[in-house]
Amino acid sequence: MPDINLTLNGQAVSGTVENRTLLVDFLREGLGKTGTHVGCDTGQCGACVVHVDGVSVKSCNVFAVELDGSKVTTIEGMANADGSLGVIQQAFQDHHGLQCGFCTPGMVMTAAALLKENSDPSEAEIREYLDGNICRCTGYHNIVKSIQAAAAEMNASPVAAE
Amino acid sequence: MYNFDFVKPSTVDEAVAALADEDAQALGGGQTLIPTLKQRLAMPSKLVSLKGIEGLDKIFVDRGGNLVIGAAATHAQVAATTDYPALASLAARIGDPAVRNRGTIGGSLANNDPSACYPAGALGSGATIVTNGRSIEADDFFEGLFETALEEGEIITEVRFPIPEKACYMKFIQPASRFPLTAVFVAKFADGVRVAVTGASNDGVFRWSDAEAALNTTFDAGSISELSVDADDMISDIHGSSEYRAHLVKVMTARAVKAAL
Ligand SMILES: Cc1cc2nc3c(=O)[nH]c(=O)nc-3n(C[C@H](O)[C@H](O)[C@H](O)COP(=O)(O)OP(=O)(O)OC[C@H]3O[C@@H](n4cnc5c(N)ncnc54)[C@H](O)[C@@H]3O)c2cc1C
Ligand code: FES
Ligand code: FES
Repeated sequence: MPDINLTLNGQAVSGTVENRTLLVDFLREGLGKTGTHVGCDTGQCGACVVHVDGVSVKSCNVFAVELDGSKVTTIEGMANADGSLGVIQQAFQDHHGLQCGFCTPGMVMTAAALLKENSDPSEAEIREYLDGNICRCTGYHNIVKSIQAAAAEMNASPVAAE
Repeated sequence: MYNFDFVKPSTVDEAVAALADEDAQALGGGQTLIPTLKQRLAMPSKLVSLKGIEGLDKIFVDRGGNLVIGAAATHAQVAATTDYPALASLAARIGDPAVRNRGTIGGSLANNDPSACYPAGALGSGATIVTNGRSIEADDFFEGLFETALEEGEIITEVRFPIPEKACYMKFIQPASRFPLTAVFVAKFADGVRVAVTGASNDGVFRWSDAEAALNTTFDAGSISELSVDADDMISDIHGSSEYRAHLVKVMTARAVKAAL
């Protein structure tokens, strides 16, 4: 079985995987990082979205072995250094952007990818970008509000967003 | 999922050599193949990732004015280009952002899903599909549901798109899968109009030649108003009847002509 090395949330990690091990299974079971969720396991729901080398990827739809040497960021990497919630996470809490929370890790990672590409998205752009993220609880309304609030916060104090 | 060997070669030659093994299969972005493997609908002995091949994702305009897209270019990379706006717009609407960051043009064309977007873009543009051994015209490449002219172990290396005067891809989305329910790619070249339809026919992507003839006379949505599409060969499923799809072909074609840029 191959050994792989990743930079996970800024730290070097390694592990042994089967070729068929999905990234999400390596994260959850191999590394104990259970923040990334599996909603569907078919690439539809977006609960498993993480960033690979800076872009969003569905971690249930990529093999860990393909990513040897990559930089991976998960929801665990979104908190501030002191453990407090990052800007996007805090906005989700403040604006009730979650109910059961199952979709939330993927929503936050997708929102982070969006705000990196487009720091001031319109409501339509946010909804469009969330196309691959399904939420069974909120009806999306407060998720959109949370992302708008996070964008406003980041634009007001760019340093805090780093 | 069954287990398999995995290699990530760094040249096309190494990839072709690795694919010579019985039951070896190419892995592009995995956005179609991985779900297929999960369902145990395929059992390759070895996956040959094409993502480690230097330059296989290059995108450039060649001296003949064609937009050349490397087989491993992702949908997101193509969406970010500006030379052929209708094609960039097609790529920008495939699936969702995370799918577009992995999925590749080579994988989409090789798979030839009857509802996929790129087959319509390639056929509608009269593109040339270049493999490790030869060049195949789009008109000869698509051979029905999930069937292409590719031989066992042959890989697409790049796709060359002539850039039309005007073009548009109109996608009527099936919201659950985000694939087209029916979509039409219209391209107007100096020497004629091409109309390619995906998501509609039981035989996969096809050219609507009656519409092409009418639009060659006058490139105006009104030119096709008297035409009708035979529902007999159309897909019928829970998302839409064959009559509905036949109707959509015409509506989407007219909209594409109106919006062509
Ligand atoms: C949620 C979701 C939504 C989607 N929505 C759409 C949509 O709206 N429209 C659409 O068109 N598609 C859609 N797709 C499919 C997506 O575009 C895939 O990326 C694409 O169909 C396959 O490309 P891939 O690179 O991921 O190929 P893979 O999954 O890696 O491979 C697919 C097939 O092609 C072969 N292959 C791969 N590369 C090559 C090559 N260079 N030469 C020869 N053979 C090769 C493989 O062996 C395999 O048989 C969607 C997928 C998902 C998961
Ligand atoms: S668990 Fe990966 S998309 Fe649903
Ligand atoms: S908060 Fe429950 S699925 Fe989104």
